[in-house]
Amino acid sequence: MTSAGHNYERGRSLLQMMERIRAFEEQACLAAERDKLVLGAIHPSIGQEAVAAGIMHNLSKEDILLSTHRGHGHTLAKGASSLAMMRELLGREGGCCGGKGGSMHIADFSVGMLGANGVVGANITIAAGAAHAIRLLGDNRIVVDIFGDGAVNRGPFLEGINWAVVFKLPILFVCEDNQYSATTKTKTMTGGDGAAARAASLGMRSTVVDGNDVEAIADTMTDIAARLRDGGPPEFLHAKTYRRMGHTSFDPAAYRPEGEAVEEEKKNDPIERQRAILRAVGMTEDDIQLLHQNAQKEMIDILQKAAGTPFPASDTAFIDVQDIGSPAVEAY
Amino acid sequence: MPKLSYREASLAAVQQSMRSDPAVWCVGEDLGRGGVFGQYKGLREEFGEARISDAPISEAAIMGAALGAAMMGTRPIVEMRFSDFALCATDELVNQIAKARFMFGGQSRAPMVIRKPMGLWRSSAAQHSQSLESWYAHIPGLVVACPGTPQDNYSMLKAAIACDDPVVYLEHKGIWDIEGDVDFSEEFEFGKARIRRAGSDVTIVSWSNTANIAVEAADTLTEKGVSAEVVDLRSLWPWDKTAVLTSVAKTGHLVVAHESVAVAGFGAEVIATVAEKAGHTLKGPVRRLGAPRSLVSYAPNLEDQLRVTSEMIVTAAQDTLEKAS
Ligand SMILES: Cc1ncc(C[n+]2csc(CCOP(=O)(O)OP(=O)(O)O)c2C)c(N)n1
Ligand SMILES: [Mg+2]
Repeated sequence: MTSAGHNYERGRSLLQMMERIRAFEEQACLAAERDKLVLGAIHPSIGQEAVAAGIMHNLSKEDILLSTHRGHGHTLAKGASSLAMMRELLGREGGCCGGKGGSMHIADFSVGMLGANGVVGANITIAAGAAHAIRLLGDNRIVVDIFGDGAVNRGPFLEGINWAVVFKLPILFVCEDNQYSATTKTKTMTGGDGAAARAASLGMRSTVVDGNDVEAIADTMTDIAARLRDGGPPEFLHAKTYRRMGHTSFDPAAYRPEGEAVEEEKKNDPIERQRAILRAVGMTEDDIQLLHQNAQKEMIDILQKAAGTPFPASDTAFIDVQDIGSPAVEAY
Repeated sequence: MPKLSYREASLAAVQQSMRSDPAVWCVGEDLGRGGVFGQYKGLREEFGEARISDAPISEAAIMGAALGAAMMGTRPIVEMRFSDFALCATDELVNQIAKARFMFGGQSRAPMVIRKPMGLWRSSAAQHSQSLESWYAHIPGLVVACPGTPQDNYSMLKAAIACDDPVVYLEHKGIWDIEGDVDFSEEFEFGKARIRRAGSDVTIVSWSNTANIAVEAADTLTEKGVSAEVVDLRSLWPWDKTAVLTSVAKTGHLVVAHESVAVAGFGAEVIATVAEKAGHTLKGPVRRLGAPRSLVSYAPNLEDQLRVTSEMIVTAAQDTLEKAS
């Protein structure tokens, strides 16, 4: 990327978002391991922040996002409050889902984030339906649905993508390919030429992008969003990245070839790569450090605040199940 | 008051609801041609392709997409064609639709009706004949409806469409053609049973088409000098415990009859509740009628082995009365 034509403000804000995601997840991991405050599983996206930052930069709060179990970054980048998110991870009052969902069901409907999902691949058909509703309602919003490389082997991948194609829906499907599905190298369990090829076989325009290059993702997404808002057909983006940590924060990932993660971090960290781009166009070391420290400070603060928040009132266990036949009235 | 078939009654309910609420739309395979049982006939002509939407043979996508569309503020009616095929969309119904409101802390709702025609239907064999209503009654988050008459298929479907919770709506595909008077002004309230026959000697609890068979049985019992009360539950979650307990308090005798497999069926839930709340008032043994835990066959004589008949209900009622303590 040369300085000519480089949008400095955008580049800086992409870096800032990646710093915030990284800091949030570092604190979440500490809250899990060091503090034993996060009790359920969390799936960090450390090393994959460019996908969240690059894509969400092109969306407004009115646009719709659905995500996966590894969705902290996407949710934060869509505009959710870091404090409400951390409270949710700790199962506290004021968490985005009132402490009922935790990390795997994180959602903030007020910013168009219609939920992470604990079932691999399940968000694909739901997202297609959100886009279907936009067509029925006749407005100009778009939907982004993010899933992992493992999800392409589930049935909803075929059903949801075909659905979007036949109904010409305003949706982008993003395969955030971190090369692993839990402890399995995904390509050892996947036939054919990969996610983009499968989508293309269903008649969907498919693009492959370096998932650790936030500028490239943002550029690609600017074009895709414009085409979708213009009434264009659904699209597919295959973002190739790498899962630097284990499957969950507790997983040492000993099944990986030795040195693989360290090597990836050294040559392909999305934050370092973006810093280098910005340095080359004149960003000062002080400013780089400022973004880093501000993100750190924000996330240390919100963890502390979240830890000081009470658990939800016990009777909320029976609220919001259903109106008719509610367990708050009669459980059986 | 018009005389309508069970099919026509449902059609009227959908048509009226779509006229009054532009957010309501239908999605399923072959809906544009009127649906497999003709229960959508003419709706495409009135409401167009977008609101009477065909779908690929993708049950998971039909169910999942309807949830996405419901969370966005529309009110989908999902057609599963045969309840058996809804099993291809079990994750979407049980893990997604039923939980979408709760697990996101009440940020969303899933106002939708999932129509799943169920039940025995002339030599359709094991994959086109099931009644799995007890499965759905077991899932928190779902409302479960089992209409048995044209009137109820009108009033209950209207109520289901107006309801903000997801409703699993199990029409019985063996009775599309039965006719009855339908009062368009009658409103249904979930959890309210209908006393199909009033009586004082024995209580027969049922739902769906078996409630019709129970009414026949009650007529036979009348001829034999036995006064049977038929309680048609109509919705299984919520279900009308008060109506059942009130009737049992009066008769002291209980027969529960349903088409689905007896083992772990909803009849067991009804009987357990009566045992817990009024067991000491029973005057005779409880009788439970359901299908044997076997599979539905193609050959008519084999298929019939699984049916709960009017004669069986009569015998069960007489049996509990004979054994009165
Ligand atoms: C249907 C289903 N099967 C299995 C699991 C258990 N599981 C959770 S995450 C995961 C791996 C998913 O891999 P991928 O889609 O690549 O996403 P990633 O974890 O790499 O972000 C598995 C197997 C699940 N949650 N849902
Ligand atoms: Mg993966």
